[in-house]
Amino acid sequence: MQRRNFIKATAVSLALATAGLITQPAIAADTIKVGILHSLSGTMAISETALKETALMTIAEINAKGGVMGKQLEAVVVDPASNWPLFAEKARQLLTQDKVAVVFGCWTSVSRKSVNPVFKELNGLLFYPVQYEGEELEKNVFYTGAAPNQQAIPAVEYLMSKDGGLAKRWVLLGTDYVYPRTTNKILRAFLKSKGVAEADIMEEYTPFGHSDYQTIIAKIKKFAGEGKKTAVVSTINGDSNVPFYKELGNAGLKATDVPVVAFSVGEEELRGVDTKPLVGHLAAWNYFQSVKNPANDAFIKMYKDWAKKQKLPKADTVVTNDPMEATYVGIHMWAQAVEKAKSTDVNKVIAAVGGQKFKAPSGFEIQMDPKNHHLHKPVLIGEVKADGQFNVVWKTKGPVKAAPWSPFIAGNDKKKGEPEGK
Amino acid sequence: MIPRFFLLLMLLLGFAAHAAPDPAVVRQLAAEESDDKIAAIHKLALTAEPEALAVLQQLADGTLKDAKGEDITINNRVRRELEGALAVLKLIDPDATVRFKAVKEIASNVDAAMAPMLARARDRETDANIRALLVEAHALATLKDADPQIRIAAAKSLATSADPNTKAVLKAQSEPANEAETEVRRAAFQSYLAVEDRLTLAETIGRIFSGLSLGSILLLAALGLAITYGVMGVINMAHGELLMIGAYATYAMQGLFRSQFPAHEDWYLLAAVPVAFFAAAVVGILLERTVIRWLYGRALETLLATWGLSLMLIQAARVIFGAQNVEVANPSWMSGGLEILPSIVLPLNRIVIVGFALFVLALVWVLMNRTRLGMFVRAVTQNRAMAGCVGVPTGRIDTVAFALGAGIAGLGGVALSQIANVGPDMGQGYIVDSFMVVVLGGVGQLAGAVWAALGLGIVTKFIESWAGAVIAKIVVLVFIIMFIQKRPQGLFALKGRFVES
Repeated sequence: MQRRNFIKATAVSLALATAGLITQPAIAADTIKVGILHSLSGTMAISETALKETALMTIAEINAKGGVMGKQLEAVVVDPASNWPLFAEKARQLLTQDKVAVVFGCWTSVSRKSVNPVFKELNGLLFYPVQYEGEELEKNVFYTGAAPNQQAIPAVEYLMSKDGGLAKRWVLLGTDYVYPRTTNKILRAFLKSKGVAEADIMEEYTPFGHSDYQTIIAKIKKFAGEGKKTAVVSTINGDSNVPFYKELGNAGLKATDVPVVAFSVGEEELRGVDTKPLVGHLAAWNYFQSVKNPANDAFIKMYKDWAKKQKLPKADTVVTNDPMEATYVGIHMWAQAVEKAKSTDVNKVIAAVGGQKFKAPSGFEIQMDPKNHHLHKPVLIGEVKADGQFNVVWKTKGPVKAAPWSPFIAGNDKKKGEPEGK
Repeated sequence: MIPRFFLLLMLLLGFAAHAAPDPAVVRQLAAEESDDKIAAIHKLALTAEPEALAVLQQLADGTLKDAKGEDITINNRVRRELEGALAVLKLIDPDATVRFKAVKEIASNVDAAMAPMLARARDRETDANIRALLVEAHALATLKDADPQIRIAAAKSLATSADPNTKAVLKAQSEPANEAETEVRRAAFQSYLAVEDRLTLAETIGRIFSGLSLGSILLLAALGLAITYGVMGVINMAHGELLMIGAYATYAMQGLFRSQFPAHEDWYLLAAVPVAFFAAAVVGILLERTVIRWLYGRALETLLATWGLSLMLIQAARVIFGAQNVEVANPSWMSGGLEILPSIVLPLNRIVIVGFALFVLALVWVLMNRTRLGMFVRAVTQNRAMAGCVGVPTGRIDTVAFALGAGIAGLGGVALSQIANVGPDMGQGYIVDSFMVVVLGGVGQLAGAVWAALGLGIVTKFIESWAGAVIAKIVVLVFIIMFIQKRPQGLFALKGRFVES
């Protein structure tokens, strides 16, 4: 009896599934498919899940206004599960099976490096929304996050300034992969150019998902106890940040003594942490939720409404952050470019994205550089407040042009400011 | 620094004027430039009035509003000045803990002009701890005195310090660039060496503690496995997921307490201990009755089947709780740290976990060695046929023993939820560590697991502190492989069911 029931149930579900498969192409005929490639599980889910939601929200917003070229957008969501080779596999699936016009996705640089060859081979189009280390210019990728000169360098300069505390010694702390390693290489060269001695720089790495930061905190304390004002530059990524900041708070390392500036920690990552002991620690981004302007108010409201409507976990406390803003801006720029090119053909769209302008929630009308596939972005430095939001303590007057090839890495002065083969 | 000096002077002379804080100065707190803000803070602090103090405290708490009703924001530099000014004002607070914090704040940033005032505060102080701090702060201040004899005395008296900050000051003082007198340099250098010795000792203590802490976590993660694998011989790849169930049970109790008994939220963790134990034990019973029972004696099949079960449990957690990590907060009595020396703060959550590991260990030991159930488990392990002959219900004992191992894993999950992230695949990170501990300790021996866990913890931390976390992981793994090659039975060997076979 039970077995028969099981067979019946299987048959019914199979039939339903086939029905679903058959009906899908019928809708697909007059929609444009877009891929969303963000980890919804694993160590990076803490950061990337919100980007998937932002992408879906932005697509819904564009669809509500009539879509792109009169066609509705249809999101294809896949979960590469914080598994770098799986990113490449899923990207290939999106481009060859689902035939998406564009992909919005990736957070870690190692995942981007993993999908780059796929996009190149199949001539796909990727919008990458997170700050990264530079040293790359792919024809098939648009970078809507910050390059080092739009985040890392200004942050270190700020800490060297009077208001930032005149830091003289530096701890470069990161997760062990390409983004932190390259960023720290650039920062090391930059610090040396500012006259910081080799002995005043300490570099430390931890594996992905590391959760025991006792030794690191003890080392930072010892290093800081050598006399000169010390600052920590953190490129820790993913859910390791929660135990790191917990340990920092418990060990009583205050921001007034040793400030920690983070490049991958925003409002979203701090949601799971008691921020009261962390007041004054810093983050450098191109957008904070606390920025006040009408475009941002509308963006925050849209996301809060979306979270309530989608019944996201803890929908009443959702926050917006920089990569979410970059995702939002990226999707709009792509939609504008498609309208301009009157086609979703990748080569035509690539030609049309350069020079697109968009009134971003960061408060500026920001522009995609006509040549180098990066946005001109304002740089903001914020201090953590007791409620987990950021106080902006320093910002640039206006948007800054990205320099993906950092001048602090030898040989970069000869590299072209635009992708090869364009 | 000069304003702080005058302020202290006025305070200690009992000088106090009576006037509301100047509104122009209060307005200046909202100025754009940090320099203006700091100037205003000093002006307000100089009045030494309770009202001015209240305004400064509001500014520090971030609740002070400007003319437009928006919060006045401050950066780290302003905050440092503000905390310094507030600390001086709090030096005469009747509450000893407030004074203690104030002196610590002042000691981190003293200058010569403050010396007489610190001396006076020192002489008035009744609390021995605060007095000791004031003595040190005073010595730090007089280290810049014009009289070389006073400088020598100050440098000598600082030899008893254990503060990294003092070490740095003494080091600077012992350099010719900063100090002209050879005698002073010598005294400073001798004190510097004494402080450094003390700091090195403190560092070693801190390292041993962090090793103990890691060891206790490894032990909690591995104890359950020491029963299911070590004693019963079941290669349970779903062990990590039993930890995860314990952690999610903790999360569920936190949610329950938050919604039902918000007044007692801090005690959710105590309630989570039995809940996590029984939740994991129930899952353990289910696993044993449905799958593992049919595979006793077939190690490879057990391995594959339990690995499949682990994937199913992970997916189940994803469906029920979502793929994202969930937030499990430390109760307030487990937040913060215990300062045993200025350079080492032992985090309370880790101290509690070390204690909890000892408690669980004692529990397991009593269960296995002092109860009828434990005797049966040991009997079945050593000789199943004979145990059956004398009337031990071997089948039921298997289930109960497995449930016990699972329940202990659940307790490990409670501890993990307090220091690591709680998510569906959290167990994956501990399965390798758990097996390492059990195999290294010697399969079938609880004592082996204890020594292996503590040893691995301390060795890992010592390697980490000079080679970094990535290398430490590799070195430990290589070490264990080599050790097992040389001594396959582990540190301790005892006969178990599969040793015989």
